[in-house]
Amino acid sequence: MAFEGLSNRLQETIKKITGKGKVSEQDVKTMAREVRLALLEADVNFKVVRSFINDIKERAIGQEVMESLTPGQQVIKIVQEELTNLMGGEQSKIAVSDRPPTVIMMSGLQGAGKTTTTGKLANLLRKQYNKSPLLVACDIYRPAAIKQLQTLGKQLDMPVFEMGTDVSPVEISKKAIEYAKQEHHDYVLIDTAGRLHVDDTLMQELEDVKAEVKPDEIFLVVDAMTGQDAVNVAESFNEHLDITGVVLTKLDGDTRGGAALSIKAVTDTPIKFIGMGEKLDELEEFHPERMASRILGMGDVLTLIEKA
Amino acid sequence: KKTRQSFTDKINDLMARYRQVDEEFFEELEEALIMSDVGVSTVMDLIDELKFEVKRRNIKETNEVKDVISEKLVEIYYHDDDETVEHINIQENELTVILVVGVNGVGKTTSIGKLAAQLKKEGKHVVLAAGDTFRAGAIEQLEEWGKRAEVEVIKQSAGSDPAAVIFDGIKAAKSRNADILICDTAGRLQNKVNLMNELAKIHRIIEREVPNAPHEVLLVLDATTGQNALSQAKTFSDATKVSGIVLTKLDGTAKGGIVLAIRNELNIPVKLVGFGEGINDLKKFDAHAFVYGLFADMLEEDEDHQ
Ligand SMILES: Nc1nc2c(ncn2[C@@H]2O[C@H](COP(=O)(O)OP(=O)(O)OP(=O)(O)O)[C@@H](O)[C@H]2O)c(=O)[nH]1
Ligand SMILES: Nc1nc2c(ncn2[C@@H]2O[C@H](COP(=O)(O)OP(=O)(O)OP(=O)(O)O)[C@@H](O)[C@H]2O)c(=O)[nH]1
Ligand SMILES: [Mg+2]
Ligand SMILES: [Mg+2]
Repeated sequence: MAFEGLSNRLQETIKKITGKGKVSEQDVKTMAREVRLALLEADVNFKVVRSFINDIKERAIGQEVMESLTPGQQVIKIVQEELTNLMGGEQSKIAVSDRPPTVIMMSGLQGAGKTTTTGKLANLLRKQYNKSPLLVACDIYRPAAIKQLQTLGKQLDMPVFEMGTDVSPVEISKKAIEYAKQEHHDYVLIDTAGRLHVDDTLMQELEDVKAEVKPDEIFLVVDAMTGQDAVNVAESFNEHLDITGVVLTKLDGDTRGGAALSIKAVTDTPIKFIGMGEKLDELEEFHPERMASRILGMGDVLTLIEKA
Repeated sequence: KKTRQSFTDKINDLMARYRQVDEEFFEELEEALIMSDVGVSTVMDLIDELKFEVKRRNIKETNEVKDVISEKLVEIYYHDDDETVEHINIQENELTVILVVGVNGVGKTTSIGKLAAQLKKEGKHVVLAAGDTFRAGAIEQLEEWGKRAEVEVIKQSAGSDPAAVIFDGIKAAKSRNADILICDTAGRLQNKVNLMNELAKIHRIIEREVPNAPHEVLLVLDATTGQNALSQAKTFSDATKVSGIVLTKLDGTAKGGIVLAIRNELNIPVKLVGFGEGINDLKKFDAHAFVYGLFADMLEEDEDHQ
């Protein structure tokens, strides 16, 4: 496999760097190269990697080495900690409006998993918080997008608000909220069409919907397999919409998911949920330390450190 | 090998516009390629080889270094093939079966709609098989594309056995004397063993029912995808003998550079590219334009310098 991950890369390096005391500049340099490659192979953005490595270097050089560790292990520990910190922060709490309904708007590129996540979130809100969500079909472009949401609604036995494909998303979402109030739904989940971050017309459409319904949460849904472009996407969506959280989908695959780090670095908004499958109960909380290990591909190294 | 020649010219051209070839140049080259999602190891190998060649041949001249770069890139992309590897394999006077596979949400169904419309325009009798019986609304989505492309869609109800749908599709295509059958399949992540087995079964049924089929197995890759695309290409190839790639969503800012690594390591060529959601937004892959795209930012930056 192409993704050997950091553990393999570092086995050798860790062994070579022995001798206790302080972490030397040379130790850090040797490790930094391997860490850099591991992060790049995990799809962390080039620039994010660069600044991350610089931070690590600063923090690591001259550090006292813990009794039980080698300098190599010490550096890895620092890398792991810093990564976890970077992706940490407040998690998986969903906003609650004091004037119901609470409105959540989904956004993201084509095929990222918005519609599926809309269904999953509705399911979670009902199961964990005993809420009664209304699903809103604002994708008037993609063939059978409304039908897709309706099918999910049927599977969940939840209502879907739609006005066909000839009414603007602004109008649909406005009417949906009126309807939700009338029917005493406490959450409104707005599914939107996939769009490119460079598509000005469609990005404006989202801004218009936002202005109309003033959502309590705006989620950016991102495919965990995304490569270097994740920063451009996240930056643009955030500039246009001021997103409040990120949902990382398709993490049930074998991707390292370095996009998580890139997105967090450029938007500084929490990753709230992860998609772990196509089914409607496969939405989970985000765990920064697990994500850090996954990105680094270093499960073994960590156990190695823990055992030491 | 005309294409190969003009490809070399193009890269030469490109390199000629760059200033000096020094350590900084190599760094920028590395950066540009990594930013385009070319596989990390492919980039490292390429840069190492370049540096080695420069040393070995004792090259001092900037232009000569550029020649070496061109050679290497051409080598990576074309190997010993010529541009005919990029053609879609369509049979004359017998049924051609095209199987379309890939992970979730990459653009399989949309690309099928576009391809059907193109082939139909070329005068072919096209039939589609709605082999995604799993995802909500998938059948309706393909039906809508069938309407747009004005081709017939063979389907069963949601939840039915996809292999049975494909079998039906083949029967229908034969009985209608169709030229081309394109089979949609559900998106699946390559690490899901059951789902990959299901795909292998579909492949076997096509092999069994139509001699020499499937004539094309197209793996759809989203240009936004990073290094994982390599793993996708490997695993889908093992299950279905992928013959070509459709690289979608090139209308965004992602470059899809990972196909260079896929070509290099697995020898699978890109055949088509998708560049929008409209029915006409599909065209043949153009290696020149593609490689140019990988360097475009680097060149623009350099022009700003001057
Ligand atoms: N394996 C897996 N598949 C997922 C996950 N989330 C979504 N999908 C699949 O990804 C594909 C795209 O999901 P959608 O919900 O249609 O994505 P979307 O963002 O609404 O797409 P557009 O509306 O076309 O922009 C579907 O096949 C989903 O079943 C996930 O967490 N894991
Ligand atoms: N911008 C852009 N969007 C595209 C392109 N190709 C497909 N899409 C969009 O990507 C999304 C997913 O496309 P689908 O054709 O449903 O993808 P799929 O692979 O069939 O998805 P699943 O069946 O759920 O696995 C849709 O919103 C399409 O409109 C493209 O070339 N450019
Ligand atoms: Mg959708
Ligand atoms: Mg599909």
